[in-house]
Amino acid sequence: MNICSGIWFIRGASGLSNSPILSIKDLTYAFKGERPIFQKLSLDVKAGEFVSLIGASGSGKSTLFKLITGLLEPEQGEIWIDGQMAGNRLGSVGYMPQKDLLLPWRTVLENLLLPIEITKESKKQRIPEILEWLSRFGLADYEKAFPQELSGGMKQRVAFLRTLMTGKNLLILDEPFGALDSLTKRNMHSWLLGLWGELQKTVLFITHDLEEAILLSDRIYLLGRKGLQDINVNLPRPRNSELIYQSAFITMRKELERLIDNES
Amino acid sequence: MTMKARLKKWTGDYGLFLLVIIALISIWECVVSQGMIPAFILPAPSAIWGSFVENRQLLLEVHLPATLKEVLIGFGIAVISGLLLGVGMHFFRALEKVLYPFLVISQTVPLIAISPIFIMWFGYSIWSKIAVTILTAFFPIVVSTYDGLKSGGKEYRELLLTMGANRWTIFQKIQVPLALPAIFSGLKLSVVYCVVGATIGEWLGASVGLGYFSRRMSGNLQADAVFAAIFLLSLLGILLFLLIGLLEKQLLKNKIRS
Repeated sequence: MNICSGIWFIRGASGLSNSPILSIKDLTYAFKGERPIFQKLSLDVKAGEFVSLIGASGSGKSTLFKLITGLLEPEQGEIWIDGQMAGNRLGSVGYMPQKDLLLPWRTVLENLLLPIEITKESKKQRIPEILEWLSRFGLADYEKAFPQELSGGMKQRVAFLRTLMTGKNLLILDEPFGALDSLTKRNMHSWLLGLWGELQKTVLFITHDLEEAILLSDRIYLLGRKGLQDINVNLPRPRNSELIYQSAFITMRKELERLIDNES
Repeated sequence: MTMKARLKKWTGDYGLFLLVIIALISIWECVVSQGMIPAFILPAPSAIWGSFVENRQLLLEVHLPATLKEVLIGFGIAVISGLLLGVGMHFFRALEKVLYPFLVISQTVPLIAISPIFIMWFGYSIWSKIAVTILTAFFPIVVSTYDGLKSGGKEYRELLLTMGANRWTIFQKIQVPLALPAIFSGLKLSVVYCVVGATIGEWLGASVGLGYFSRRMSGNLQADAVFAAIFLLSLLGILLFLLIGLLEKQLLKNKIRS
């Protein structure tokens, strides 16, 4: 079973699968009394893809994420998740906010049990699974620690694991490494790239770090004033963080920078 | 921590305070025993202590338990009604809109003026004193509960919403834990007010209690006995305050530290 879905996953990543797990059609949204942040925006994310969304601050990235998760409702347009256009999307994607938002009065394990408590599943059954994930995340023996006893990178890994524990296939990550120092960030990239093959998830990732976007993604959406631009990242997987020194990567980065300059 | 380190920390925290207290009492004793102030205006600490020892049976076995009973019943009712009102106002905006002005009005009414009314309603029974106690005590609890539940937590709320949580789950998992420190501050204030409220109630109409005792003694110009009762009341307030503090420490141990 595992092997099969692994193969399916690789095919998904290479773009052969064409079932979009997330599909946005002609989305328009404006805050009350203001000009629309975006108009007629459309995008697709296929199962197994890692897609980044980059754009300057104020371009509405976080608003778009809130629309997808269901915290906000669009004025016009449709949001399809898993082939369904649900009116109430809350609880249908795994959302990881910018801040780790770990509850300081709960231990690591209790924090990870939070999504399970909310869906009212049995907690006991999931604990062995969580402990195994923790050791895979380099956090073995930290289950009884409180968040404030962890380093920034560790907190972020716990927050990511909590997002995984929602059991959703589509993960929406809002600048998860934005608050980390560059060294820790590098480590997190290596860690995520190493993990990506076995995760079997679909990720939509907000960032304003170009390097990060190219390194991690299969595709990049550039959100600018003229709308969305879809950019393919043709770098083979599995990748590692050394990739940033290779010429293909640098060319890609230059190309991306040129596109952004054209935008502004 | 070793015993020695503990002692060191304790003296560091309270040493100066104790020193000042001892100095003040010594000066006080000196001034009065030198005859600079007449004893019926300000009795010497030794006289107060003497009066306390003399009346100890009456104070500790009759009046203190009576006051404590009023305080505890009043505080209990204030806690239950205060928490319920605070939570109710949090969940129902209409309730908040209606109740909040009344809450504020209830605190602007001078206690001394309203207490005789309670005496008219409830007579000299314990309930007239409890009514005054509740009136002084429930306000801080309602306000701290309501404000505590409202305070912040927007990001946590959104996170839980994306996990599919409903309002009740968010209340349980996020808002209550976030509100607990504020609620405990309210409880600590409230329990001290309870002692004040019970004493005022007793002053205005009672046949037992430390407030009643101090009023009777002041009528007899026995200043030392009045002071003994006052110190006992103050001690009661401090002990109750510390008790709530201890409960808070136990309950929030290892919890909200950030």
